[in-house]
Amino acid sequence: MTPAALLVVLVGLSLVAYVLGKSRALATVGGNRGIRNLHSLPSYYGALTALWCAIPALLVLGAWAAFQDAIIIKLVTSHMPATVQSLPESQLGLVINDVHNVVAGNVSFDNARPEIRAAAQEYLQLRSISRYALTALVLAIGIVGMVLVRTRISPQFRARNAVEQLVEWALIGCSLIAVLTTVGIILSVAFEAARFFGKVPWYEFIFGLEWSPQTAIRADQVGSSGSFGAVPLFAGTALISGIAMLIAVPVGLFSAIYLAEYAHRNFRAWTKPFLEVLAGIPTVVYGFFAALTVGPMLRAWGESIGLPVASESALAAGLVMGIMIVPFVSSLADDMITAVPQSLRDGAYALGATKSETIKQVVVRAALPGIVGGVLLAISRAIGETMIVVMAAGLAANLTANPFEAVTTVTVQIVTLLVGDQEFDSPKTLAAFALGLVLFLVTLGLNILALHIVKKYREQYE
Amino acid sequence: MSSPTPVARITPKETQARVAKSLRRRYWAERRFRFYGLAAVLLGIVFVVFLFGTIFFKGASSFRQSYIKVEVFYDPAIIAPNGGMPSAQDIANADYQAIIRTGLRKLFPQVEGRKDIRDLTRLVSGGAAFDLRDRVLHTAGLVGQTETQWLLASDDVDMLMKGHIERGTEAEPGPLNQNQVAWFDQLVKNDGLELRFNKTFFSHGDSREPEQAGVWGAVMGSLFTLALTLLLSFPIGVAAAIYLEEFAHKNRWTDLIEVNINNLAAVPSIVFGLLGLAVFIGFFGMPRSAPLVGALVLTLLTLPTIIIASRAALKGVPPSIREAALGMGASKIQMVTHHVLPLAMPGMLTGTIIGMARALGETAPLLMIGMVAFIVDVPKSVTDPATVLPVQVFLWSDSPERAFVERTSGAIIVLLGFLVVMNATAVVLRNKFERRW
Repeated sequence: MTPAALLVVLVGLSLVAYVLGKSRALATVGGNRGIRNLHSLPSYYGALTALWCAIPALLVLGAWAAFQDAIIIKLVTSHMPATVQSLPESQLGLVINDVHNVVAGNVSFDNARPEIRAAAQEYLQLRSISRYALTALVLAIGIVGMVLVRTRISPQFRARNAVEQLVEWALIGCSLIAVLTTVGIILSVAFEAARFFGKVPWYEFIFGLEWSPQTAIRADQVGSSGSFGAVPLFAGTALISGIAMLIAVPVGLFSAIYLAEYAHRNFRAWTKPFLEVLAGIPTVVYGFFAALTVGPMLRAWGESIGLPVASESALAAGLVMGIMIVPFVSSLADDMITAVPQSLRDGAYALGATKSETIKQVVVRAALPGIVGGVLLAISRAIGETMIVVMAAGLAANLTANPFEAVTTVTVQIVTLLVGDQEFDSPKTLAAFALGLVLFLVTLGLNILALHIVKKYREQYE
Repeated sequence: MSSPTPVARITPKETQARVAKSLRRRYWAERRFRFYGLAAVLLGIVFVVFLFGTIFFKGASSFRQSYIKVEVFYDPAIIAPNGGMPSAQDIANADYQAIIRTGLRKLFPQVEGRKDIRDLTRLVSGGAAFDLRDRVLHTAGLVGQTETQWLLASDDVDMLMKGHIERGTEAEPGPLNQNQVAWFDQLVKNDGLELRFNKTFFSHGDSREPEQAGVWGAVMGSLFTLALTLLLSFPIGVAAAIYLEEFAHKNRWTDLIEVNINNLAAVPSIVFGLLGLAVFIGFFGMPRSAPLVGALVLTLLTLPTIIIASRAALKGVPPSIREAALGMGASKIQMVTHHVLPLAMPGMLTGTIIGMARALGETAPLLMIGMVAFIVDVPKSVTDPATVLPVQVFLWSDSPERAFVERTSGAIIVLLGFLVVMNATAVVLRNKFERRW
């Protein structure tokens, strides 16, 4: 049976187990009349039987499916002719790929080379053996689990507690996925980055001023040794994020202040969702807008006053990114401003301050830690934003502070290095992971700091 | 006040004068400050209007497409050159380009010469021949008949029809040469060329030819990806939220999980793409470009959002409900599944829909796992290579043809349409089921 069919059979089997467990529980107390002698409801006995039938079998099925291919390939290669086995790893990979293609039917059997044909035949044979073994094993485990639980069923048996224990373990498992994701990110990115730093020294990456990640296809190629100095990328990211923050912080802060302190209730009810629309628009739409509307607009404007503006200027990307971040800043600032107790405002009014003086000298100052935390979160967002800069910023790594020139960013380079076909061990590909590591660490640091500040601030007024 | 006056000698009148003077300044500052606030709000609104305006202005025309009216004669001599009844094989392989050419020449009998005839046939899209073939394959008894067909026009004709490109002059021809422009005008005058509903756009996958490119492949790809994401992230997210909110004791370990989830929610999405590339594709050897891998990445990406929203929903259920259930002898799991969970469900669903809307618009991590390939076929399962709507937008926005600008905006409108529906559902759900305790 194929794994999918086996899965269906297993589901059927556990349904049978449910019915058997439930009927067995009822039978031990002599049917529905004796039900009050059971420790748990009959369905719990059924559920426990079904779970013990399904879970161990599923675990085996999963493990088998994950490792089957690798083991079969190992066996097949060990029977290949010695000339094939002694090939370097990359070429051996190609041979194995050929075998896979023949097995999947992408390449017809007759067209394949004899050794590949033999290997494919062996592969198919081993796979069918493996499938028979798996079917037998999974069904056996399922039946054994079912029978074991069923024989233990007695009126005193605490089925509900056992089921609930299993459910609780499942809940814990789900909450661990979040932790595993972080571990996975750190491990995968750090592992590939470590391989990169094995080829390119870290100080060259962090302090180098030249970024041209070309690697040679042939050994004698001109300019074959790519240079991986990431400073221009960091500078470009900082430039674009800086422009974005110059837009987002004042606009976001002022609109939050206006909506929280001045605006009429109706005005607020209408405009707030309108502004929040900005937060829901996919970034690719902003990117399209920046590349096809704002970019050319700025260029035309620059031409009209005799200023050379690149068509992929940092300014266009930064402006649009700033607009994207406005609702983010304003909603956080709004939270912080409304959290300031009214008594502080009343105190300021009592001393004769006008509304704007109260806001500037009391409310904003009191909310400052929260606002700073929000701004830090916004910066981390700007640094990690990808689509706007991929579409509207350039690819050339210029080290410049001129917003009218094209610059490139960390995220743009990650995308350009990894999109398309690539091999996993060239420094060019690995450099993307090194950039990813830097990006992850910087944003993580900003987030932790910001969340800490915000949390401290919230506690202050609670 | 030219000379410094000792403070003690100020009379009340002077003080009043000073205050009155400073008051004007302070009120001005007040008005200025208020104006800045209003300006910031208006700036945001103007931008929203401007953004939507440009997108709709550029994209609305993509829902209509130019078609050319041609008398098509399904010539048996062309379909079955060897004579006799044409077989299905004959019909599939026939030269429909020739049929179209004959039909066009009937419209313009004066056109002579190889080059001019070639220019004439270029008014019609290359895809029209495939449409004709499908029509003959699916309708019996067409061979030997003549019928009037609206054939898909080429992208340049379409752009000229919509006024997006220049007509050009003899000295400086546009994308269409002067002969073609003249034929174009004649067709328009005789009602032989008109804009009709663009069926192709909503039924086809991607194509290199703008007039044959559609969003259907991307819509299906998005659908597969999102469905699988929902299937994975909703149960896992809710389970994690239940554990953290109802079962976990407050200790270092749960603190760590909590900080972790908050941080994951703010990690740049592209980093999740790197994770997917390294782990799912590099380590587990899953297929590239497949909705399966996209869904796994998006699941990890949306989980924090769903967990945070679900926890908020669980927090909103008053403790009295829990105490009542426990007091009646329910176990903790029974208390959660029978009482707390149903009450928190609307809030959880709202959070999930918002998370799904975010996943639908997500592009960067999917670029990393290769969902950016050029794929013509509409995907049929979660392991078929596919692309999704936002990535389609990205791909088209890179294409040089003028007609793709319109297509890109059209695809954005479709994408925004889905987002509006999802967010509106979330709002309705919230308003309808939200309970204040």
